[in-house]
Amino acid sequence: MKRSDREKEFSRRTISRRGLILGGVQLGIAGTLLWRLRDMQLNQSEQFRLLAEENRINLRLLPPTRGLILDRNGVLLAGNEQNYRVVIKRDDAGDIDLVLGRLAQLIDLSEEDIERARRDMLRNRPFVPVTIAERLSWEEISRVAANAPALPGVTPEMGLSRYYPLRADTAHVVGYVGPVSERDLEALEAPDPVLHIPRFQIGKSGVERMQEDQLRGRAGSQRVEVNAIGRVMRELDRVEGVPGTNVQLTLDAKLQNYAIERLHGQSAAAVVLDVANGDILALASGPSFDPNLFVRGISTTDFNALLNDDHRPLVNKTVQGMYPPGSTFKMVTALAALEAGVTDGRETVFCPGHMDVAGNRFHCWRRGGHGRVGMVAALSESCDVYFYEMAQRCGIDKINEMSTRLGLGIRYQLPITSVAGGLNPTREWKRNNRNAEWRIGDTVNASIGQGFVLATPLQLAVMTARLATNTAVLPRLIREPLERDGLIAQSLDLRPEWLRLIHRGMYETVNDRRGTAYSSRVVADGQTMAGKTGTSQVFSITRAEREAGIRRQEDLPWNRRNHALFVDYAPAEKPRIAVSVVVEHGGGGSTAAAPIGRDITLAALNSARPPLSAYPAPQRNRIHSEQQEMEERLRRPEDMRLNRA
Amino acid sequence: MSYLEYNTKRMPAGFAKVLYLNWPLVALLIAVAAYGIVMLYSIAGGSLQPWAEPQAKRFAVGLAVMFAVAFMPLWFWRSIAGIAYAVSLVLLLGVEFFGTVGMGAKRWLVIGPLRLQPSELAKITTILALAAYYDALDLKKVSRPHYVLLAALIALLPALLVLRQPDLGTAILIALGGAVVIFAAGVHWGYFAAVISSGIALATTVMASRGTDWQMLKDYQYRRIDAFLDPSIDPLGAGYHINQSMIALGSGGWSGRGFMEGTQARLNFLPEKHTDFIFTTLAEEFGFLGASSLLLLYMLVMGVCLLTALRTTNRFGALLVMGVIGTFFLYFAVNMAMVMGLAPVVGVPLPLVSYGGSAMLVLMVGFGLVQSAHVHRSRLPT
Repeated sequence: MKRSDREKEFSRRTISRRGLILGGVQLGIAGTLLWRLRDMQLNQSEQFRLLAEENRINLRLLPPTRGLILDRNGVLLAGNEQNYRVVIKRDDAGDIDLVLGRLAQLIDLSEEDIERARRDMLRNRPFVPVTIAERLSWEEISRVAANAPALPGVTPEMGLSRYYPLRADTAHVVGYVGPVSERDLEALEAPDPVLHIPRFQIGKSGVERMQEDQLRGRAGSQRVEVNAIGRVMRELDRVEGVPGTNVQLTLDAKLQNYAIERLHGQSAAAVVLDVANGDILALASGPSFDPNLFVRGISTTDFNALLNDDHRPLVNKTVQGMYPPGSTFKMVTALAALEAGVTDGRETVFCPGHMDVAGNRFHCWRRGGHGRVGMVAALSESCDVYFYEMAQRCGIDKINEMSTRLGLGIRYQLPITSVAGGLNPTREWKRNNRNAEWRIGDTVNASIGQGFVLATPLQLAVMTARLATNTAVLPRLIREPLERDGLIAQSLDLRPEWLRLIHRGMYETVNDRRGTAYSSRVVADGQTMAGKTGTSQVFSITRAEREAGIRRQEDLPWNRRNHALFVDYAPAEKPRIAVSVVVEHGGGGSTAAAPIGRDITLAALNSARPPLSAYPAPQRNRIHSEQQEMEERLRRPEDMRLNRA
Repeated sequence: MSYLEYNTKRMPAGFAKVLYLNWPLVALLIAVAAYGIVMLYSIAGGSLQPWAEPQAKRFAVGLAVMFAVAFMPLWFWRSIAGIAYAVSLVLLLGVEFFGTVGMGAKRWLVIGPLRLQPSELAKITTILALAAYYDALDLKKVSRPHYVLLAALIALLPALLVLRQPDLGTAILIALGGAVVIFAAGVHWGYFAAVISSGIALATTVMASRGTDWQMLKDYQYRRIDAFLDPSIDPLGAGYHINQSMIALGSGGWSGRGFMEGTQARLNFLPEKHTDFIFTTLAEEFGFLGASSLLLLYMLVMGVCLLTALRTTNRFGALLVMGVIGTFFLYFAVNMAMVMGLAPVVGVPLPLVSYGGSAMLVLMVGFGLVQSAHVHRSRLPT
């Protein structure tokens, strides 16, 4: 359009005016931007820089090496072994199926393993390494390493994992570790951050669990620079963690191995104590299980097999199993009577084979009776009637007091799980738990360790040790420095003349022709035992069974037979060790438990290999073949790896 | 309206035009582009590939295009304005029906070996069309409702087509670029007041429509608005970009973390660090000094162009320059406001600095038009 000069001038002035207004507005906006920039970069730059650092730096925990568990001589009970594993990263692997297929040709991989690896990979972010296989052999890991170019994204890795070289021997004591569960975390008030590390393992039972704090150590840390997707770019710095502290137990691995093997085939428990300081030298519960299975993740089939076994391998019978102590309790009744002053011990009691108390007839195990017996013979021949009489004279309160003094009914503080307290029944206990008054019949039953009385094999061993030394021996499982041994020997204040009677009775039990454990005597000088057998009734033989011809224990089904018990200390002259053995449903104490007690005692005195010369000559042939058969199962000394600290 | 209208006696011709180019503008543009190339080099971890070198080549092409445009007489541009506008509308419609999808939006039109982004083209053609429109329009009719409505339609038609792709950032740029020309042409300010107040009302309605049957924006667009209003609500989702961007920007401080030392960019915390968020990297590595100096350069570019607009009596040329300035300003203002958390995240690159060919080419064509207006300006009688 053709415009006049006036119009042109008007247009120019309009545009200039509007242009300057626009320019002003734009300048204003630019000023605002500049102001904002200044505010962020100069006033708040510290905060933003902090945020940038938080973005950039990732703190990673380095799991500490778990402390070892050793026996008293330094034999390794729980160690850490190199664990070769193969991990895969999805974003480096590319074609997952191809790589997994190739890998399966190199190492043993089940369909299940492959499926699990694939699932884990898809669930995690692509740069997260996923474990395909663990515990590979050196050959397998070398094959993987050699074929690395054909296996993109696959890396062989090395880590530490827990293993138990003595396997089943120490399973109940040492326990095992396992992955941290939600329940573990909930149980802790302020869980150690290290517990959140994937695959981190903590003690699940036994010493592993109870000494967790000591064994675990402190995690180290590593500051790494990460990018936006979390991939590590480089390490900035590193603080090494503190490895866990080793734990040395009082156990003697060789003796423990012997004890476990000696219990082979039985559902039984054996305890060996050092009477001088309460060191637990062996704590064997049979049958046992391989704790390594639990570390690796036990299969449901294996676990159910352990769970459903009627010999209950998962139970630590030495501290968890509570049994009526039977005749092994008679020393308690005897001492209670002596202390109460109701007998001098030399006085005799007539045993006609039974005793009538408050309208009930209580039998002696020997139906024909023992005739006149004093305390020593009553112990060695295990006369029940004598103790029925003594118990009525001194009463349950005295028995109970003596029982506690000798260490029964006490839950010992040991670093193992599920330690039971046994039961020392009192009038009050019966009132509260059975809602009934204590009767004289209860006292009579208690006098021979039946009725309500319950004790664990550990408690029986402690009792024996206390009888042998007249000191309040306390069992301990953690090895302590020698100089602390003296501190625990607190006297029980039992009069020597009383103990002489008890010791005599226990000595004759084993070494007198009429003693109940005479067939298990030891003939070697300085190794003779003093002991006591016990047979505790689990079920009475019913009238119907009696009429059906069942008279003897052997005729009953296994789980209705009596428990067999035996306690002893040795050497009789100068006691060093105390032993208790319980064979569940073993029949009789003198036939089932005493031979085991004798062998374990001899093993304890002779570095885990009983000498043939210690046995009576007529028995040596039979013992010899037994020993040879057992030798094949025993662990050889070279299998016991010493930890070189 | 004929060629004669220009004062041919004083008009430079042929290669003499080179002497009459706005050389300060050329120098400023090269300086701005240099910022971009340096940053792209840094972001690639100290490498010319994959961004710095192609960007430099594109800028060289852009400069050539700018000179070519500058040498064409201004009347030529005025005479093809209508056709160019019509072609860009057709292309936008073509995108609507035949466009290829990239990054969740239909933006590209592939014709043989050519990949066109008609929305970029529309930025320039809209300004051209409006400038020509007001050049032709009787000055007395400028503020009459019919003619204002027609001008508004010229600006809004391409903007609406672009919005459908959907590309909110470009749509806003086209509409506001058009508005700048309309404002410069002298339309009564009352219209603008009315539009602004109805815009506020519309924004309220848009937000109110959320979650109803007649929801007006896509869910992701709402999430971006939410994230803009409060970036901390979803630090790993929609707010992630803006949070990380602000962290990078703020951590730069006075003089920055140093060339190639920006952790946010180097460790990939910054999204789109070589395109829309490149200003953040600049601010992180060169701090307030680097960032504010780029802002200053941009203002100088605008100032130099504004002088051209003020010194010509050619209505078409002046309006055209105002439109280019406005578009250029909108580019960097929206981009900077976005990375500083002052505006929602919309896909607007930092002009001449962000990696990318289309936007740079369009801007260089725009500056070519400014140059043309400068070279061929009607000199005032002295």
